[in-house]
Amino acid sequence: MTSSSRPAAGGRSLADRLPDALFPKLSGPAIVGLFIAIFLGGFLIFPVLQVIYVAFQDPGSGALTLRNFGDFFATSLFRESFVNSFYVSAMSVVFATLIALPLAYITTRFNFGGAMIVQSLGFIPLIMPPFVGAVAMQLIFGRNGTVNLLLREHFGFTIPFMDGLNGVILVQSIHYFPFILINLSTSLRNIDRSMEEAAQNLGSHGMRLFRKIVFPLAMPGYIAGAVLVFIKVFDDLGTPLLLNVNNMLAPQAYLRITSVGISDPMGYVISVILVAFSVLSLWASFLVMRGKDYATVQKGGGGLARRDLKTREKVLAYGAVALILLLVLSPHIGLLLLSLGTVWSYAPLPDGYTLQNYVTMWENSQQYIANTLLYAGLAALGDVIIGTAIAYIVLRTGIWGRKGLDYLATAALAVPGVVLGIGYLRSFQGIDVPFVGEPLASWWVIIAIALMIRRLPYALRACMAALQQVSHALEEAAENLGASKTRTIRRIVIPLMMGGILAGFVTSFATAAVELSATIMLVSSDADSPLAYGIYLFMQTPSGRGAGAALGIVAVVIVGLGTLLSQIIVERDKKLKTQSGDH
Amino acid sequence: MTTEMVGIEIEDLHLAFGKTKVLTGVNLTIEPGEFFAFLGPSGSGKSTLLRSIAGFGPQPEGHIRIGGKDVVDLPPWKRNVGMVFQSYALWPHLSVRENVAFGLKERKMPSSEIGPRVAAALDLVGLKHLAERMPNQLSGGQQQRIALARTVVVEPKVLLLDEPLSNLDASLRVQMRRELLALQRKLGLTTIFVTHDQEEANTTSDRMAVLDGGVIQQIGTPQTLYDTPENLFVASFLGTANILEGKVERDGGDIRFVAGTGDKLLLSSEADGTGAIVLRPQNIAITDRPDGDTLSGRILHREFLGSQIRYIVQAAGTEMVVDQGHKAGEAGYLPETDVHLKVNTQSAVWIPQ
Ligand SMILES: Nc1ncnc2c1ncn2[C@@H]1O[C@H](COP(=O)(O)OP(=O)(O)O)[C@@H](O)[C@H]1O
Ligand SMILES: [Mg+2]
Repeated sequence: MTSSSRPAAGGRSLADRLPDALFPKLSGPAIVGLFIAIFLGGFLIFPVLQVIYVAFQDPGSGALTLRNFGDFFATSLFRESFVNSFYVSAMSVVFATLIALPLAYITTRFNFGGAMIVQSLGFIPLIMPPFVGAVAMQLIFGRNGTVNLLLREHFGFTIPFMDGLNGVILVQSIHYFPFILINLSTSLRNIDRSMEEAAQNLGSHGMRLFRKIVFPLAMPGYIAGAVLVFIKVFDDLGTPLLLNVNNMLAPQAYLRITSVGISDPMGYVISVILVAFSVLSLWASFLVMRGKDYATVQKGGGGLARRDLKTREKVLAYGAVALILLLVLSPHIGLLLLSLGTVWSYAPLPDGYTLQNYVTMWENSQQYIANTLLYAGLAALGDVIIGTAIAYIVLRTGIWGRKGLDYLATAALAVPGVVLGIGYLRSFQGIDVPFVGEPLASWWVIIAIALMIRRLPYALRACMAALQQVSHALEEAAENLGASKTRTIRRIVIPLMMGGILAGFVTSFATAAVELSATIMLVSSDADSPLAYGIYLFMQTPSGRGAGAALGIVAVVIVGLGTLLSQIIVERDKKLKTQSGDH
Repeated sequence: MTTEMVGIEIEDLHLAFGKTKVLTGVNLTIEPGEFFAFLGPSGSGKSTLLRSIAGFGPQPEGHIRIGGKDVVDLPPWKRNVGMVFQSYALWPHLSVRENVAFGLKERKMPSSEIGPRVAAALDLVGLKHLAERMPNQLSGGQQQRIALARTVVVEPKVLLLDEPLSNLDASLRVQMRRELLALQRKLGLTTIFVTHDQEEANTTSDRMAVLDGGVIQQIGTPQTLYDTPENLFVASFLGTANILEGKVERDGGDIRFVAGTGDKLLLSSEADGTGAIVLRPQNIAITDRPDGDTLSGRILHREFLGSQIRYIVQAAGTEMVVDQGHKAGEAGYLPETDVHLKVNTQSAVWIPQ
């Protein structure tokens, strides 16, 4: 980001070029890029490096050492947490696969009337933060939940769905299976019909054909989805915390920092392990998938041949989809019942129904809601501004290092919320904010910044996509008519990108509104708490559960409306653009 | 790798995609060991017909017999017909060896036998040394050969090729079609070859069927079809044809064609009623002097093609294409020259309406 001027053509002597190289003239976009790089460096790279550094530092002398890692593996609780985190993530991938595979298979191989339902199935879990559903899942699948009460009464046995790690696995796989569903379906649709026909022609059919040809060809998509699930579950703090499962890595990091203190090295060691695993998994999946871009669809081809379901198969398919739908919706149903119920324990359903929980919630949560709107609003605004700027710099200028800016912003994907939280606490504790008289680490703005950094990769992709759809010729036309670069950006580029930017804003806003893992570490007083933390507080006491659920419903509604709104914006934008393209 | 040669009989085959009829009343007999081509313009139903023989696509009505056995109700994996796909359809996650071995494994052949068979098949297409490569490391021509090896290794009863050369560049195409024919002769495998390129069909096939609009227009050897087309579609699809519409007049023993303009030509074969005659450009000569049976015309345009000169001549109410052999030193005719066309009526084909 030192110079935006195009590399000088040959012919100029070194002496001519030297002044430029030593004192680069910075253009507008270059200055903006530099600011963004500094911002990301300060609020993403520096805190994370700090965390890594501390993990390798002797707490007493400050010398570099591996002792902390030795201590970590010498402690049985940590070893257990490590194994548990790994086990839970792996099992969540297995169960998410069991949910996603039949859905992907049914919708891509058959003419299935319920394809729309399955499509939306992919979204429903994502509009609820997983930890919000966790408590509701206890009431439905827990030891004394609806299902087990009924099982005990009628069949005399129970299934430990929610006991300990099982609960985390169940909640996480229901929440994250869409990652596998979406990626796997795309991969399946990208297989050309002739791949399958060639196998049939050589005598293969049925499950054997699926196992030897179709599934291996869809493998890249499956792995992409499975790795995401693995990483998300491995890093997640909210769900195990709410289910009171503490013997996993992320909760241990949180508990060490909050109970032992910010100088305890274990939180940092765990953070390093979390980051290392995220990066390692991504790298491993990259290695596995290298050279395996199996998209084989020919021009004009339509993917695998679909066939009609026979009656018996139809019953089976609809049955499976209905069952999965019920399972996936159970957190929502449970949460709704809990929020509307009077007392609900040791009974299949609440004893009675009331709106009292909503009243209690409203009386106690206005601050939470207001905070959430403020934090998420600021975060989303920052995201789209930075996202638009980076998109423009990457796609429309030749500034040196522009790709690096993209990678920098995207790197946030590999940083778990807990790690960012710990990094902020450590890095910004000693920095006082001028005029406020508070350390930066406990100032409320830091929460908004954390959310902004966490959501930036998604907003950036939305802005990139939006800018890619704006034809370069439109800009050139404006410039040709005498508009300056700045004016062109303001009058032509931004308005044309508006749909995508808005969609990015809404998505960032909605998901930031329910983020828990980073915020839970940064909230320094109840008055600064956002909604997600409020739910967490409510859920800590049995009497607060109803109100907590009501607040959870508010969260679901915010995210749901946000998702819907961004969908509508994207659709309308698409329509607008195609209409204007018709002439 | 020798197989018992079988023939293919298709009887009254009809096929539709939903409500769209794609094949209508197809009747066809392909002899054992024959190299047979389906030729026709894009969208004429060639692929659909070929795929129905392999068992792909919608269930057709009618009969498809392979070696006398009706296969129309069998699923693709029970037909034992080998098909090479236009895109080759090599599985990208399997090596060349695994691709070729696939069909043998499906047939539960012991692996001690699979090895030599795969090696022999790769040897047959001259690519033994590429056995460990992945498909994306092969050139188009190599992929084509591997696809062929993968198909013939299972010793199918017939070989179906859907535009096998269309993804190759021009020079390779000529070479491959010769290799393909040589291989077919060596294996004695009854083969159907789909193409929209008449040169490919002409140079390879023993006989061919010309398709248009899902209907077989004519079946025969390439030469028969070119020399004696049965309808105007076949006449104009194969090579260049001058088509004159008109009627036949009898005058004693003479059979005379009378064009709409009144121009007359003496025919040397039986004809009657109204219809059209087909004249190939090389069967017309340009002369300066009229005689009893020439058409008068005017040269509009000429194209020098090396071995011959192609003239566009305004005559008998249309623009006729006339090819004249070129010898060194001959100037030929210039545009705007009035000339007379002498037609070799033995080669004229009468197509009644
Ligand atoms: N899957 C399909 N669904 C509907 N119509 C099809 C399908 N495949 C082919 N057709 C139609 O059938 C006709 C013949 O197609 P095809 O056999 O592929 O022609 P060719 O191979 O001669 O180019 C075309 O009009 C095409 O549009
Ligand atoms: Mg075709």
